[in-house]
Amino acid sequence: MSNPLRDMEKPDVIFCIGTNMTECHPVAATRLKKAIRNGAKMIVADPRHIGLSDMADINLQLRVGSDAALLLGMAHVIQREGLVDAGFIADRTAEAEAFLEHVKEFTPEWASEICGVDPALIEEAALLYGRAERGAIYYTLGITEHICGVDNVQSLCNLALMTGNIGREGTGINPMRGQNNIQGAGDVGAIPNNYPGFQPVTDPANQAKFAKAWGREVDLELGITKVRALEQAGDQIRAMLIDGENTLVTDPDRKHCEHALKSLDFLVVCDLFLTETAALADVVFPASGFGETDGTQTNTERRVQRLRKAVPPAGESKPDWWIVSQLAQRMGFKGFEYDSAKEVFNELCSLSGTYAGLNWDRIEFGEYQWPVPEDGHPGTPRLHEDSFINGRGIFKMIRYRDPAETIDDDYPVWLTTGRRLESYHSRTQTGRSSGIDYLLPEELLEVHPDDVSAWGIRDGGWVNMSSRRGSVRIRVKATKRSPRGTVFCSFSFNDVPVNVLTGSGYDPVTETAELKVCTVKIEVETETGGVAAD
Amino acid sequence: MSDKSGLTLFLDGEEVPFTRGESIFQVSERHEKEIPTLCYDDRLDAFGGCRLCVVELEGARNPVASCTTKAEAGMRVTTRSGKLEMHRRVLLELVVSENREVDVDELSGYASQEMATLVDRYEARTGRFEGRQSGASRPDDPNPFILRDYDNCISCYRCVRVCAEQEGDYAISIMGRGFDTQITTEFGGILKESACTFCGQCIQTCPTGALGDIKALRHKEIELPIEKTRSICIYCGVGCSVDIMTKGDKIVGILPAMDGPANEGALCVKGQFAFDFVHHPDRLKTPFVRDDQGELVPATWDDALDKAAAGLMAAVNEHGRHSLYAIASGRAPNEAGFMMQKLVRAGLGTSYIDNCSRA
Ligand code: SF4
Ligand code: SF4
Ligand code: FES
Repeated sequence: MSNPLRDMEKPDVIFCIGTNMTECHPVAATRLKKAIRNGAKMIVADPRHIGLSDMADINLQLRVGSDAALLLGMAHVIQREGLVDAGFIADRTAEAEAFLEHVKEFTPEWASEICGVDPALIEEAALLYGRAERGAIYYTLGITEHICGVDNVQSLCNLALMTGNIGREGTGINPMRGQNNIQGAGDVGAIPNNYPGFQPVTDPANQAKFAKAWGREVDLELGITKVRALEQAGDQIRAMLIDGENTLVTDPDRKHCEHALKSLDFLVVCDLFLTETAALADVVFPASGFGETDGTQTNTERRVQRLRKAVPPAGESKPDWWIVSQLAQRMGFKGFEYDSAKEVFNELCSLSGTYAGLNWDRIEFGEYQWPVPEDGHPGTPRLHEDSFINGRGIFKMIRYRDPAETIDDDYPVWLTTGRRLESYHSRTQTGRSSGIDYLLPEELLEVHPDDVSAWGIRDGGWVNMSSRRGSVRIRVKATKRSPRGTVFCSFSFNDVPVNVLTGSGYDPVTETAELKVCTVKIEVETETGGVAAD
Repeated sequence: MSDKSGLTLFLDGEEVPFTRGESIFQVSERHEKEIPTLCYDDRLDAFGGCRLCVVELEGARNPVASCTTKAEAGMRVTTRSGKLEMHRRVLLELVVSENREVDVDELSGYASQEMATLVDRYEARTGRFEGRQSGASRPDDPNPFILRDYDNCISCYRCVRVCAEQEGDYAISIMGRGFDTQITTEFGGILKESACTFCGQCIQTCPTGALGDIKALRHKEIELPIEKTRSICIYCGVGCSVDIMTKGDKIVGILPAMDGPANEGALCVKGQFAFDFVHHPDRLKTPFVRDDQGELVPATWDDALDKAAAGLMAAVNEHGRHSLYAIASGRAPNEAGFMMQKLVRAGLGTSYIDNCSRA
């Protein structure tokens, strides 16, 4: 997030797109509700009628995967109506002229053809955001999990840049990070392109710096993404070490994923439970979890906070860092002798520019948000206040692209997936916490009531839902939360392994999977219990 | 002593500064005057319902509720006097007499001891007004999280207010008046059929334990002191601060941390209630290795580490250092991810690492 969570009570116009915040980030959503109580207006863009839609002033129920078109249409209106922040553009951005010319082509009528939202509503939303004193954008995976995820994010940046809605209280472009430490995983360098602190591996200066710290030169070439690695499993990739990820259930195209993991010569998994993924491993290490180990975790507003041990770990389980460092030592690698999480964190801080001013003791109360570039620095709750990291904010000339799959006669229904309030990811944790089943006993496919009758299926009845990659059996729930022609379910329940169906394509830049769109067909199940998953 | 605005008032004879908009209670609290409250929660709009917080104001005929009365320049406030203490005691006795029990288990919730503490402070444990009780409990609500024992309700409406003001859920409301007052859902039904999201905020603000944390209360019988450890919720990117409640080696419940920088006391159903997976019998308790029959069998750490290292290195030795790939967790702590990337970088000189952010 460019802005801190507490800023969420400050905007006068809120624009939420592709974020089901009341379910996925409930506590953050309470802050938006406060802003609304204080008079803020809210625009919600989502294919479904979600919790936020109930509170919105303008609902843009767009067709899945058409975000870029909608956002171009909005930019067009803002340009046409002269709601552009000329001062901000002149001082802080680049390519503005070309961009303002570029958007002239994309009228709300054009956008409406693609995204299905009434041009008048697009107009209204653009005017509301364009006239905001403090306009803030919030988004989640509904924006990024597309083949055009990067374009979508860029389109949002374009909107914020042209209206100067960044770098001030109550504004900004705010991705709500999904998993508790997905921000941290990137921060610490667990990505193929950057060392800790987002220092590119392609820069020889960084190579030299880390060679000095670790006594070994790392390739200047980028690593490959997980998507590629799974593709090359059994080929170039022969062994994998997976920490705390139920890849098989949470990744797209389960069949492909299972095949990939099975074709490895050797698989090592660390986890709390014997997950579907761990069950395929050659060696499984028991990791200690919440309340059992000390450590640090970085939240969506870049706040670095301490996790603390409250009870002894289950059985012989051990902290992940300990397991991996022991393994490294046995693999014959040097420099892996650590006694505590504190030592590990302090080494991270010493090597990362963004954490440079931090250490274990300093983050005791979690008051720092990175970057904290040096000792004594107060941290940076709000990014881009005076300048952008790379100088100027650059407008990008985005065009709309279709999703990897679009509906046709064979697969005439859009499927979009997501999370639910009561369950988390593959339910290895929430599914084993008592009481949660009372609220959410099973996964249901949400279908518009008119579609339920049109397709000859039954509310509460079983259907088979298939894509080009596989099929699952699932029960139907008729609800107006789904628009006509689009169905929704979560990926949390193992007996409805919906990622058997997904995986139609990937963003060419980030290789993020298009989990939010896939086309399916839905058929009444004829024999009861006859058809199992794939 | 005086701040920028220069506003002051007299608190028990002492001149003190305040800022515009502050209530007498807030000013008094800052100056460590121990004014008792029951319907007050500093995250909520002041309500003025219990009248326990009354103070004397020079020039005013009757005592005023300090939580709802704004401080004004030159006010002369008395926070403690024989008359005030008597008034507070009588009020408390009245409240106590309406309730079935005063001493509820601390596991009930964050504020559950507030009333009992005051009753002791004012020695108000009598049965003077014994008789009718307000509210009716809802043993028919089968939800596994929130105890609804309205026999202990004192109608402070903190639950209703926290649900509306803090959560924005408006799941519960007030019905009736006086002794017939009820806290209820929209249609008087069970919580699951209301707008309730089971965030647990109502149980944490309840000062009497009328609303209680059922999951935590299951551990009432364990005769060990409750210890609290500050940590962070592990369910989403908001990073809410929590206090883990333990008895001995067992996690018995979660309290929201009122001073948590990301959540300021709020939590959701996962952070509040989904903690007991930690002690689930399915937890892996030893390493496992695949034996000659292809079965995963328990192993010692030594064996498992050796076998894992050998297996991974066999691939590297045969197919080169670019044949090993590491996937870090978006859920494990920073130290785990750091170690994973260090293993491939410092160990093999590659960046063959990713995490779960792409799917
Ligand atoms: S649990 Fe939360 S949503 Fe439900 S009644 Fe209590 S405060 Fe309201
Ligand atoms: S309590 Fe809920 S909102 Fe807070 S971090 Fe946990 S999952 Fe996220
Ligand atoms: S605390 Fe002031 S009236 Fe209850």
